[in-house]
Amino acid sequence: MLPAPFEYHAPNTMDEALGLLDELGEDAKVLAGGQSLIPLLKLRFASPAHLVDINKIKDLDFLEERDGMLRVGPLFRHKSAERSSLLASRYQVMADAAPQIADPIIRNRGTIAGSVAHADPSGDWGTVLLALDADLVLRSRSATRTVKAREFFSGPFSTALQPTEILSEIRIPAARPQTGGAYLKLERKVGDFATVAVAVHLQMEDGKVGSAGIGLTAVGPQNIKAGQAEAALRGASLDDTTIKEAAALAAEAAEPTADQRGSVEYKRNVVRVFTERGLKRAYERARGGG
Amino acid sequence: MSVSQPITVTVNGDRKTAEVEPRLLLVHFLRETLRLTGTHIGCDTTHCGACTVLVEGVPVKSCTMLAVQADGQQVTTVEALAAGGTLHPIQAAFKQEHGLQCGFCTPGMMLTSIALLQEKPDPTDEDIRWALSGNICRCTGYMNIVKAVRSAAAQMKAAAAVPAATAAARS
Repeated sequence: MLPAPFEYHAPNTMDEALGLLDELGEDAKVLAGGQSLIPLLKLRFASPAHLVDINKIKDLDFLEERDGMLRVGPLFRHKSAERSSLLASRYQVMADAAPQIADPIIRNRGTIAGSVAHADPSGDWGTVLLALDADLVLRSRSATRTVKAREFFSGPFSTALQPTEILSEIRIPAARPQTGGAYLKLERKVGDFATVAVAVHLQMEDGKVGSAGIGLTAVGPQNIKAGQAEAALRGASLDDTTIKEAAALAAEAAEPTADQRGSVEYKRNVVRVFTERGLKRAYERARGGG
Repeated sequence: MSVSQPITVTVNGDRKTAEVEPRLLLVHFLRETLRLTGTHIGCDTTHCGACTVLVEGVPVKSCTMLAVQADGQQVTTVEALAAGGTLHPIQAAFKQEHGLQCGFCTPGMMLTSIALLQEKPDPTDEDIRWALSGNICRCTGYMNIVKAVRSAAAQMKAAAAVPAATAAARS
């Protein structure tokens, strides 16, 4: 299978890349890891006239905590997330998700930012960022703006990202003490998209929930933030009743459709069960266990 | 619209220069431009791993990378393994342990395994299964593939230990 013809650009600097996008507009697509885009080109679901490959730009492959933020660069790959001790110790929802993305060979090339910009409703990273209440930095030649993850996704494969913009950084509030997270994913086999997955991120304060983030994968037209479940947890003690209540609210927030992976009822129930388990696991981790 | 451009890729140690269309996939560059047909195309949808090659030592599905992206890089294919007609330990182990039946997935399996063994010379079965989880085989049932990788690891470790042992004996 061959993609439709396109012109290939491999700029050496971000300015050059943004200049190209400014000039080419909707005719161009940004190529990062390529593990979603290249299959789409081959299947001719996408046939942009220009590809702007950002892999030659230096210093885009980073993960660092600075100024109260965890910052993820546009070329930070799944594989690096899988191996990061920083994520394993302080951002467990990310560390849990990374090894569940696609398969090990795809993880060698695919990037977090690319996956988020692609915005597949069955993609995992968008959900993780919703739970973490991340900000996305969108940069064009003339301006830089910051959009909340919850305002970024607007539908299947649709986001706030303009054709002239690059997702230049993901910013996550730095984890404080007593933070814990978990990502639970049900997939039929390695490399399959999620049937259902749930991301949980908990910040405990004096034995109560300071803030909670819950994201849902593959149960709606886009990754979903379970806002009501999050609100029900805020300020509460994390006992069984609270957990059950929050899990029921998360299940209500899901908008699954029936397909070969399961019925509506089944998927909704998996959301409920995974939210319960995710909250328990995150709580344990926030208290220094698991 | 689509202008061919020159690329230079070091494939199995040889510098290869060619004019390619940007839309040419790395796997087609290897198979059709260079006639290195040991790299197979299994699924065309980034699922099966049959087309796995090493780019700068890292396993990559060559059907999901453009040839132009390999410009200036080192690519290793299955053709590099049997140096001077002697089977690489991973090839010998796949043969010995019946790690293949039809052989279609084998080049990808072996290249992924080599990358694993470079990183973890003494992998557990779990490590092997995990590393190979992006490579699909439809004949063997995987048991013998895992055995083959384990056996190759032992062979390679023993081979690596020989010079050290010799040096120790001399001192």
